[in-house]
Amino acid sequence: MERQFLMGNEAVALGALHAGAARGTGYPGTPSSEILDVYSKLGGKAEWSPNEKVAAEVALGVSFAGVRAFTTMKHVGLNVAADVLFTAAYSGVDGALVFIVADDPGLASSQNEQDTRRYAVAAGVPLVEPSDSQEAYDFTRLAFEISERWKIPVIVKLTTRVCHSGTIVVPRKPDHHLPKAHFERNIPYHVMVPGHARPAHRRLRQKLAEIAEWNEKEGPNQKIEGSKDLGILVSGVAYQHVREAAPDASVFKIGMSYPLPMRRMLDFVASVDRAVVIEENDPYMADAVRAAGGAIESAPEMYRFGELDVGRVKRILAHDVTPEAVPPRGKPPQLCAGCPHTVVFEILKRHNCIVAGDIGCYTLAALQPLAAMDTQICMGASLGVGIGLRHVLPREEAKRVVSVIGDSTFVHSGLTGLAEMTYNVPPTGHVLLILDNATTAMTGQQEHPGTGRLLDHTPANQLDYEAVVRAMNVPNVGVFDPIRQLGEFEKALVEALGKDELTVLIVRRPCILAVARKGVKPASAEG
Amino acid sequence: MSDKVTSIKIAGLGGMGVLTSTQILAEVFFRQGLDVKKAEVHGMSQRGGSICSDVRFGKKVFSPMIPAGEIDFLVLFQDDQFPLYEAECSPGTSILKSSAIDLAKLENKRALNIAMLGLLSRHLNVPADAWLKVIRGNLPEKLHKVNEAAFELGRQSA
Repeated sequence: MERQFLMGNEAVALGALHAGAARGTGYPGTPSSEILDVYSKLGGKAEWSPNEKVAAEVALGVSFAGVRAFTTMKHVGLNVAADVLFTAAYSGVDGALVFIVADDPGLASSQNEQDTRRYAVAAGVPLVEPSDSQEAYDFTRLAFEISERWKIPVIVKLTTRVCHSGTIVVPRKPDHHLPKAHFERNIPYHVMVPGHARPAHRRLRQKLAEIAEWNEKEGPNQKIEGSKDLGILVSGVAYQHVREAAPDASVFKIGMSYPLPMRRMLDFVASVDRAVVIEENDPYMADAVRAAGGAIESAPEMYRFGELDVGRVKRILAHDVTPEAVPPRGKPPQLCAGCPHTVVFEILKRHNCIVAGDIGCYTLAALQPLAAMDTQICMGASLGVGIGLRHVLPREEAKRVVSVIGDSTFVHSGLTGLAEMTYNVPPTGHVLLILDNATTAMTGQQEHPGTGRLLDHTPANQLDYEAVVRAMNVPNVGVFDPIRQLGEFEKALVEALGKDELTVLIVRRPCILAVARKGVKPASAEG
Repeated sequence: MSDKVTSIKIAGLGGMGVLTSTQILAEVFFRQGLDVKKAEVHGMSQRGGSICSDVRFGKKVFSPMIPAGEIDFLVLFQDDQFPLYEAECSPGTSILKSSAIDLAKLENKRALNIAMLGLLSRHLNVPADAWLKVIRGNLPEKLHKVNEAAFELGRQSA
């Protein structure tokens, strides 16, 4: 087939399409967000789910019907979906189930630098690591094949640099003659009660042993013959940096990082005078090789922080631990001019509120000049953290605590926090603001259950926030447009802060970027 | 072309069309049959912050990111972004600034990114037609005329 120039995310979408996936699910998260949109535009069936756990469950259900499914998320999304992953590893799948998980070394747009390879080990599922768009395409297709062959979920681990780099891809012929969806009753394999899970765990370990053997013999690992003076063990995009930084070195590139092809790795280490492992994030391969008795150098601790590049690889090879130059800071990101979030945070600041915040564009309110958000940890934490503060702070301080969450984040992880708020009510009550801008703004204006439209922007059921909040027995509920009804909103907030009751204020005005996007009028834009 | 990789960094602020022009630039050389890689950052920094992207092309390209000191062309959509990239430049780096474009002649200010590609195109051995074809392919039809004019303006600028 003809060569194409694709970003890693586009290559994954094309790979899933050519693998004949029946459905792709996911929740947006930089750097993974483009995959499902592209997949849908290419003709694949795709959905935005309320969160990653639900997305993974839907994909598992699809795979229980004997067909191929995949689910996409950023690395921290796998924390939410981990409950599914660990036990789906036991149950196994009937068709295929592929988790596409995008790590963010260097934190271009994330709250941590966690390494998904650790999840593969912990859950016991195979993991492949592409180094460019061609491999993003190839390894996605391979992941479906491995998943189907061994009836096991497989992770494709991407990184920001692979997701958002464009490189050339030559696709292959799509898979044909895939099975049709049907349900086959198999209670011991699909119902993970203890009596079924005990043998399932043994089956899982047996599968992993077979896959490890396969990886030794025919896994997607690549040896580049070079000088015996220096041998480099490497995975992911770091491979590209290594080839440029050390063109003469022998290289063993690991494409499947769990289970590792340890015999071949140890042979490689023994075959060179100096063996060095180059990997982004955690010293995962370094630890594994050493635990298996291999003598290998790894990067000094300073290089586990941030992305690698050609210069840093050269430094690692030269044992250079002198401080690295700090790049000059550019203009920081900020809320758009005219963003409806800005005025809300100005008011919260004016009233000296302690703001338990959440994840979205509005997190930028924590930065100067607004500096009007006091906590942000993970999706949905605004509720729990705000409620915790309310429970123990002295009364006068507790009464200033406000939880602030966006619409998409509320649907993702705020509903259970709201149940907590109305169940374990703090002595001073609590105040929650739902900032409803009718889109998942930060990740690129994706739809969600509150927008009234599906992933492809066609109409759908729309979640009614006011009705949900009232159904959870919140006595005080208000809805305000932060631009047209700014005064009324401020008055309602002050009133809520003065009461020892529960209040939810829905601040509703569409994102200016979503409105600007042609042909997509937010369903709730009339307000 | 020799085996040497050509490395171009485009720098501006979120919203200035850095990503679009990066795609066009990469595609122009993709269509010349070369190996091409581009590296860019999406997400948070799109919100008006400083952003840059790398395009590298040649017979074989490994890293998508330009190593420090190996920028051949630094294309600045806003001159004041230069200090951010100064340390990555070398004496061999050609610096192309937006101040070289006569903004009064730029019909649509949002087409500055394409004007900058026009300016860059003077230094790269690809016919204007090949550029214009890719520009048209990446933009909606109603923007073709204004961007073709912007490209020509850049190509005529010193």
